[in-house]
Amino acid sequence: MTLSLNVNGAAQTVAITDENTPLLWVIRDLLELKGTKFGCGKAACGACTLHIDGEAVRSCSYPVKLAAGKNITTIEGLGNEENPHPVQQAWIDEIVPQCGYCQPGFMMATAALLNKIPDPTDADIDRNIINVCRCGTYYRMRKAIHRAAAIQKETTPKTEE
Amino acid sequence: MRKKQTWYALLFASVIGLFAVANYGNDASEYITVTPTDFANEETPFDTMMRVLTHERCVNCHPNDHIPKQGDDSHPHYFGMARGTSNMGFEATRCTSCHQSENNAYSGVPGAPEWSLAPAQMYWEGLNRIEIAKSMLDPERNGGRTPEETMHHLTEHELVLWAWDPGVDASGIPREKPPVSKEDYIKAVKQWFADGHIIPSE
Repeated sequence: MTLSLNVNGAAQTVAITDENTPLLWVIRDLLELKGTKFGCGKAACGACTLHIDGEAVRSCSYPVKLAAGKNITTIEGLGNEENPHPVQQAWIDEIVPQCGYCQPGFMMATAALLNKIPDPTDADIDRNIINVCRCGTYYRMRKAIHRAAAIQKETTPKTEE
Repeated sequence: MRKKQTWYALLFASVIGLFAVANYGNDASEYITVTPTDFANEETPFDTMMRVLTHERCVNCHPNDHIPKQGDDSHPHYFGMARGTSNMGFEATRCTSCHQSENNAYSGVPGAPEWSLAPAQMYWEGLNRIEIAKSMLDPERNGGRTPEETMHHLTEHELVLWAWDPGVDASGIPREKPPVSKEDYIKAVKQWFADGHIIPSE
């Protein structure tokens, strides 16, 4: 079957035999976007987190058929070297990654959090950022999340009341 | 003579064994039909209904502490997930971050339409079957439903009926279903309501 997807703002068409194939493998193996990682394969670790219509989703547990016609954003679409997303800039500033494998998932989860709660408290972070980092970079990530919130606040154009 | 009797006994046992082997794996139904005469006391529609509603496939999502339960041992949901403000988890990490509208056989994550916790006032965890029945019929605790609406909810809602299609876990092992077939459960619920939804005293 053929599916039409919108990935990082670009229309994509993929041919697939099993419509229940996890979206993760379509993103990585068919569309060659390798930033989204496979971790546990059971929606537990969050390494595969991306956005579907702005919501954080574990793509290892998301059948590609449900993604048809929806807007998908991966870490590659969050920002780039010239114009990094506040979360990406904060991750660089705080030198967060150690091995780095799980970090794209954390950054996507954080970007989704900042869309909902622009200035999250530590409690907000504890409830919403539940990915797993085996290097234990949680302390630096918490600092980076607060920093990302500050960067986003500085760079978001102020609207007239 | 005694040797002949022993031989016949062995032959009889072998035939019974062959019947047993021939029927092994006949999976037309996971449920056996039990006639009332198999019990000293006949099971009432209320009994049948409550054998389902007190099963962990149902109670796991009717918690008394805002924390969904998982598995046949009803352990608290991993990762600190909880009800949140809308029965759907937290602001950016919601039930639908992992659970979709259908079971996922690759990840073992269960799913069904409208996957969410039952509202807080509909908690069943820790209640006995009489208390659950009272809760189900109390408009203050059942979402303002009439008995008729409650009957339809119990017998038609896709998330309720998911209990008989619970999928497999992360190891590919099928989840346990309620101890009564879906058909017998629906029949019992309808009968209980048709009979006036009387809650027995125990």
